[in-house]
Amino acid sequence: MDKPIRVLVAKPGLDGHDRGAKVIARALRDAGMEVIYTGLRQTPEQIVAAAIQEDVDAIGMSILSGAHNHLFPKVVNLLKEQGVDDVLIVGGGVIPEDDIPFLIESGVEAVFTPGTPTKDVVDFITNNLKR
Amino acid sequence: MFDDKKINEIKSSVDQWEKEVVEKSISRFPERKEKFTTGSNIEVNRLYTPVDVNELNYNEDLGLPGEYPFTRGVQSTMYRGRLWTMRQYAGFASAEESNGRYKYLLEQGQTGLSVAFDLPTQIGYDSDDGLSEGEVGKVGVAIDSLKDMETLFDGIPLDKVSTSMTINAPASVLLAMYIAVAEKQGVSKEKLRGTIQNDILKEYIARGTYIFPPEPSMRLITNIFEYCSKEVPGWNTISISGYHIREAGSTASQEVAFTLADGIAYVEAAIKAGLDVDDFAPRLSFFFNAHNDLLEEVAKYRAARRLWAKIMKERFNAKNSKSMQLKFHTQTAGSTLTAQQPDNNIIRVTIQTLAAVLGGTQSLHTNSRDEALALPTEDSVRIALRTQQIVAHESGVTETIDPLAGSYYIENLTNKIEEEALRYIESIDELGGAPKAIEKGYIQKEIQNAAYRYQMEVESLDRIVVGVNKFKIEETDKKELLKVDKTVEISQKEKLKVLRSERNNEDVEKALNTLKEKANTQENLMPFILDAVKTYATLGEICNVLREVFGEYQQSVIL
Repeated sequence: MDKPIRVLVAKPGLDGHDRGAKVIARALRDAGMEVIYTGLRQTPEQIVAAAIQEDVDAIGMSILSGAHNHLFPKVVNLLKEQGVDDVLIVGGGVIPEDDIPFLIESGVEAVFTPGTPTKDVVDFITNNLKR
Repeated sequence: MFDDKKINEIKSSVDQWEKEVVEKSISRFPERKEKFTTGSNIEVNRLYTPVDVNELNYNEDLGLPGEYPFTRGVQSTMYRGRLWTMRQYAGFASAEESNGRYKYLLEQGQTGLSVAFDLPTQIGYDSDDGLSEGEVGKVGVAIDSLKDMETLFDGIPLDKVSTSMTINAPASVLLAMYIAVAEKQGVSKEKLRGTIQNDILKEYIARGTYIFPPEPSMRLITNIFEYCSKEVPGWNTISISGYHIREAGSTASQEVAFTLADGIAYVEAAIKAGLDVDDFAPRLSFFFNAHNDLLEEVAKYRAARRLWAKIMKERFNAKNSKSMQLKFHTQTAGSTLTAQQPDNNIIRVTIQTLAAVLGGTQSLHTNSRDEALALPTEDSVRIALRTQQIVAHESGVTETIDPLAGSYYIENLTNKIEEEALRYIESIDELGGAPKAIEKGYIQKEIQNAAYRYQMEVESLDRIVVGVNKFKIEETDKKELLKVDKTVEISQKEKLKVLRSERNNEDVEKALNTLKEKANTQENLMPFILDAVKTYATLGEICNVLREVFGEYQQSVIL
């Protein structure tokens, strides 16, 4: 049998809205993935360190404060600097449509906005792993 | 409310109706669902009759408006005397821009201010702190020092408005800044009216903008209670909040239970600090959510009022009837807004507004249609305010007090929510009170379970969310959204640089040193925070001094 998919669910920045992150974490776990949840107020550096240490296949970040354009790309770039290129990065939260092309271009591979069924997130991660 | 003979008569006619009429009808036209439930999963019967409120004792359980147990409202004339305060939570970018929005809202007929701070301010970091990067001015206004606060309230006479500030961990600092601005306007402390949220327990549970561990946090809160009872008597010193607990996914009963459990913890802390319950309890206020299940929400507010009155009277032996009154602010539910077909949110907000008003709220914020997408535009905010004004002046629901009272369903549901909430409070008491229950993750876990259950119900179509899992359309048109540009962060940093070079840094240092020294004693910190603020010490500097003494809270992560 395949090794289970490992996912880091992370809350970058100062935002305290974690309902979505926790619901997603649980849905991924119910789908058979191994989930590590960072808790609130993680710096990009802490997220990257946790991803490497936990040897995850994917990182899912959630921001509802509007700081996504700053923080998502920072995590992508730090991972690159560490020479990590086999981790799938996705994000979600209250993210205006206009910001999504920029985030995708920065290396976030999917952005999930309010109303997304958890199954869509599970499917995307399952089908787009880099390992 | 009926005698036994009458109840038995009604019971037998209902039984007969079920057997002879309903069954026949169902055999031809089945009901839409096997089981009907409220938005919070309380089972709903086909019909409610006097049988379902048989236990109700009118005088004891409902009483009269303005009288114990306040089920029917805290004021004797309710909206016939004065409408609720229409208070839109606003603030973004810089103090200048927020000041402009406040003046606009006051011109539009809003009757009180409600300040939204950005996350760095809420967590006690200056705009030039590394951790503030990307967050400055995003979800509210950035306030670094008294200078920004002076700009924020420029041209707004503080003796004429009441101001609510959504600030928790550093509440004492922002309150001190407000007092200092008032002084500069020539307005004395006794004339100030408003509220600080100041509710740290729900930050640990659901909202996340904590700084210090529970013990020093509770001390700061009781310091404020004590200081304000003497110096700022018109100030509501805390807004014990269920709003965020509900947003995090709790049920209606959990919202009541966990909020009142937090309230119990604050009252206990203040009594332990030597205060008399009737000296501070009249200034406690509450903050609840308004969801879509109209009747359940109305029952929720009524249950909360009755339960709190009993707790204050029976558990804490309050004597002043004001100590037993649960006064509350309401905000419509952000979590019910959809990013899909956002104009539909106007209708959701209307239902929620009705819930709050039929439930007897003292003040209300209505959300704007575009808030599942971004901060609201001025147009959207105006529609949200107009929603309140239409309910207030056109719907007719304000003309009599507690108009849904006596409905068999409403009274039955009020009882049920109170019972469920009381059971939770008993469980929390067994764990040693709210702070302990939070430390153990009990409250968080209960909320997460409810949130997950709700999400699964939406995904399995057991719950319909219009535009999200049913009645969907292809949406192509671009929406006008508010954007906070990056220059706010740059200009806040610039302002801080100027401030630090222009103020008397010796005075700042002296005030900060004194504060640090006093933080290590048992003295009330409010006067020393006020002194520090007046030297233009920054919010970050003041909070850092306290961090050194108090340490920082470490979240217990529960999945």
